Amino acid sequence: MAAEKKLAGYICTGCGIGERLDAKQLQAVATREGKLPSVKQHAMLCGAEGVKLIQDDIDAGNATHIMIAACSRRSKVEAFSFPTVAMSRANLREGVIWSRPAGDEHQETTQEMADDYIRMAAAEIKFMTVPESSGEQELNKTLLVVGGGMTGMTAAVEAAKAGYPVHLVCDEPVLGGVWKDLYKRVPFRAAAFDVPNGNDVDLPQPEDPGLDDLIERVMANGRITVHLNAKITKTSGAPGRFSADLSMESGRTLTENFGAIVQATDYKPYDANQLPEFAYGTTPDVLTNFEFERLAKQANGAVIKRPSDGREVKAVAFIQCAGQRSSKAGHLPYCSGFCCTESIKQAMYFKAQNPGCDATILFDDLRTPGAAGEDFYRSGQQAMVTFTKGQASAVVADGGNLRVKFKDLILNEDTEMVCDLVVLATGQVPNTGPDPYAQLAVDEAPTEEEKAAARAALAVAPPSILNLDYRQGTDLPHLKHGFVDSHFICFPYETRRTGIYAAGPVRRPMDLKQAMDDAVGATMKAIQSLENAARGSAAHPRVGDLSYPRFRKEGCTQCKRCTVECPFGAINEDEQRYPQFNESRCRRCGTCMGACPVRVISFDNYSVDTVGQQLKAVDVPDEFSEKPRILCLACENDAYPALDMAAQSGEHITPFVRVIPVRCLGSVSLSWVTDALNSGYDGIVLMGCRRDDDYQCHFVRGSAMAAERLSKVGDTLTQLNLETERVAVHEVAITDLKRAPAILNEMAETITRIGMSPFKF
Amino acid sequence: MGELNTAMIERYRNSFLKEVEANVEEGEWVKMCMQCGVCSGSCPLGKFWEHPPQEIFMMIRAGKREAVLQSESVWMCTSCYNCIVRCPRELPITHIMHGLAHYAKRLGLVPKTNPTAKFAQMFWDNLMVKGRVNELKLGLALYFMNGFGDGIKVALKNQKLGMAMMKTGRMNPKEAFGGHAVKDLAGFHKVLKKAQELEDARIAQNGPSAGA
Ligand code: SF4
Ligand code: SF4
Ligand code: SF4
Ligand code: SF4
Repeated sequence: MAAEKKLAGYICTGCGIGERLDAKQLQAVATREGKLPSVKQHAMLCGAEGVKLIQDDIDAGNATHIMIAACSRRSKVEAFSFPTVAMSRANLREGVIWSRPAGDEHQETTQEMADDYIRMAAAEIKFMTVPESSGEQELNKTLLVVGGGMTGMTAAVEAAKAGYPVHLVCDEPVLGGVWKDLYKRVPFRAAAFDVPNGNDVDLPQPEDPGLDDLIERVMANGRITVHLNAKITKTSGAPGRFSADLSMESGRTLTENFGAIVQATDYKPYDANQLPEFAYGTTPDVLTNFEFERLAKQANGAVIKRPSDGREVKAVAFIQCAGQRSSKAGHLPYCSGFCCTESIKQAMYFKAQNPGCDATILFDDLRTPGAAGEDFYRSGQQAMVTFTKGQASAVVADGGNLRVKFKDLILNEDTEMVCDLVVLATGQVPNTGPDPYAQLAVDEAPTEEEKAAARAALAVAPPSILNLDYRQGTDLPHLKHGFVDSHFICFPYETRRTGIYAAGPVRRPMDLKQAMDDAVGATMKAIQSLENAARGSAAHPRVGDLSYPRFRKEGCTQCKRCTVECPFGAINEDEQRYPQFNESRCRRCGTCMGACPVRVISFDNYSVDTVGQQLKAVDVPDEFSEKPRILCLACENDAYPALDMAAQSGEHITPFVRVIPVRCLGSVSLSWVTDALNSGYDGIVLMGCRRDDDYQCHFVRGSAMAAERLSKVGDTLTQLNLETERVAVHEVAITDLKRAPAILNEMAETITRIGMSPFKF
Repeated sequence: MGELNTAMIERYRNSFLKEVEANVEEGEWVKMCMQCGVCSGSCPLGKFWEHPPQEIFMMIRAGKREAVLQSESVWMCTSCYNCIVRCPRELPITHIMHGLAHYAKRLGLVPKTNPTAKFAQMFWDNLMVKGRVNELKLGLALYFMNGFGDGIKVALKNQKLGMAMMKTGRMNPKEAFGGHAVKDLAGFHKVLKKAQELEDARIAQNGPSAGA
């Protein structure tokens, strides 16, 4: 990095910027107010010639900090890629000319908008430095896969195939996990696309599970080391330098280093003892779907007989949703998403093996997600499996028979059927460790009732699987029902512990095929993560970002807010109880920066100053100008792109707003809000992602943390004698093309209504 | 009734669905119904049916043999084909309804007073005489279907229409006496006899005399 800062500005007059705006004026603002010693213009800055203009200055040593005033920072990223210098961008195209109507009556305010964006970008660049990775990390290509089931084995095979060595840890004496008793599997394919509706067409059939073949491939693979009967007693470090203690069957402990981890511990079968109404436990002829599969495996293609008396089964009933999708105590509140197809499969092989028998599936909603989907339902219908829409209420043993009482939901009557065997379609219970935030939930519960509930959850917490020695707890954080939290819609394998990826039913219920697909995805992400860690660059969503939080130890008060609020548990504590940042565990969201009350955390290219100086650079006209100023801090992942795209599609916004993108709403420092209010801004709009259980925040908790912090802003406003409407926090999705601009325009209207801020200097 | 019905009950004791599959036209489609209810919702007469098509299919699976075969519902179908066009599983619902009605008739289970069944019989009997439908006779028979008094009432009500039809040559009063026949009446009867033979052979395959 050059010792001396050489500032340079470049203004593009292409894409209509030159026609809509007074470029001379922009140039003057950049030079005089922005104090950039060199400012050049070009008619198409992103073209080869324009890029060369910039590159030449950089190569000649005349530019180390550049300001580009052109399109949005999200456009032309390939053209404007100058990794050796610091760069800020003024958004004149999407942010100004596309967001504003043309016409003389708008010209003045539109130009003022552009002038301000130049001032802001010029202020920002002075506080940026070129991000550099710490360079302290090496490449560790070895992966740790936890879980010896089909999911874990698939992960191991895939990693090995990609050239990465794997240690596969299985806590049982044999591989296969929860899938090892599979007799057949639900087909891995749908019908061919041209198969019509019909009653005798070619539809997918139950398949061989492929377990032995997979085990064989795992065992024969030179890159895979299998540890049977092994447990993980400690995991420490960060992506690229994890260290795990494996306690082996022999009693010996093996310590190995890993680049990344895949947790594929699958699920545990539901405990059907909670279903006495279905006579489970009273007669061996009432089985769970897992037990029935074992029975079928033993029969191995021959006639299936009753466990109680060995009599050939002539009629079997499958009760769907047994102990599932119900709010009763001890039941699973969710749909396990695999048991409908599982029952169809079992009914089908049952019909094939016991000639002339009846197989009835009692369902409320038949749900067939997965590869074969609806085709498999049709396949079952073709095989003459009887599908009855009914709600089973009880199973009664009656002599040698079982009577299943149910309500027929189509014919709307209470009725019953007689059979020899009943199979309960029970669900998946995620096999995860305890939620690291369970204790925090107890501490923070607002009411006694919620505290009690949180305490109850803590009391039944399962034993740890990973035994992480993180300050934030031993295992992957949960979302709900014990499933591991991962970004459900966009980044399903990313958990809240960077470098540790969740695959299969640990993150949501699913069938075998989906679990195996999941394993492939999670493994690829794990590989990406360890490669990124070696380069010192971030994982999703700021992939490739080399900046990471630096903190000024002298100023730190050891308040620990950063360590608690970091959604990814990236910050440990050192011996003197100072926060200890882990570069490769960090996702660069800046939540710690926003949390720190003494503002000692910053990034090379993003800090309290880079944003604070921008908002201070804006020209705030006096109280009587009728030109209010609205500050919008918009999340760069969703809200900012939404505004860009809105502009692109012709939506107009108020000329009084100045938008600054932030990494995450979580990175918003309260000082920005108070600074803005003190500098005479009339309104502040904060836009972040959705933050409830169905959150869309790319940093999981960032948006929620910000909302919590900002909930106290009302007090500040009241203290300053300002109306609380002046600060608004909104959840904005990337698809809100109409709504995002409307929110800003609404704020402008609010200010017209309540009047300008009295804090103009 | 009686004999054939008893034989069928005996034969398909466990499964009415199997019985329908083997004996009812397009019956092998019934198992493919996914109970979405689109047919019942699409049928213009659906709300007048005691058991609309979706329910009929469920009743078949639930083994409600008598309720289905003695129901008035299967006779409600007017062959508008709305349901067939809309069924996501593409069941030939119209045909199945007629198939069920036909099977019920064979077994002698049709409700005595069902007007559609009665009309169908009248139509058939009328047709068989001359190889073509004598509209005048059929119309009159229909009027008097529910007795003499009723018939006079209906006839009077439709008097104007009848006169108009006669005036425009749409109805010939002479047809009341004998009426004219198709060109080759003997040939027509021969065709129907052959058809009956073929149908009997098909039924015999599944009939009570066929092996179980
Ligand atoms: S809060 Fe965000 S930026 Fe800060 S350490 Fe955690 S992941 Fe990194
Ligand atoms: S939030 Fe700031 S003051 Fe508090 S521990 Fe972290 S770095 Fe130190
Ligand atoms: S529309 Fe078709 S699938 Fe749906 S209920 Fe009717 S017959 Fe069954
Ligand atoms: S064809 Fe028959 S059953 Fe189908 S909609 Fe028309 S009248 Fe109803």
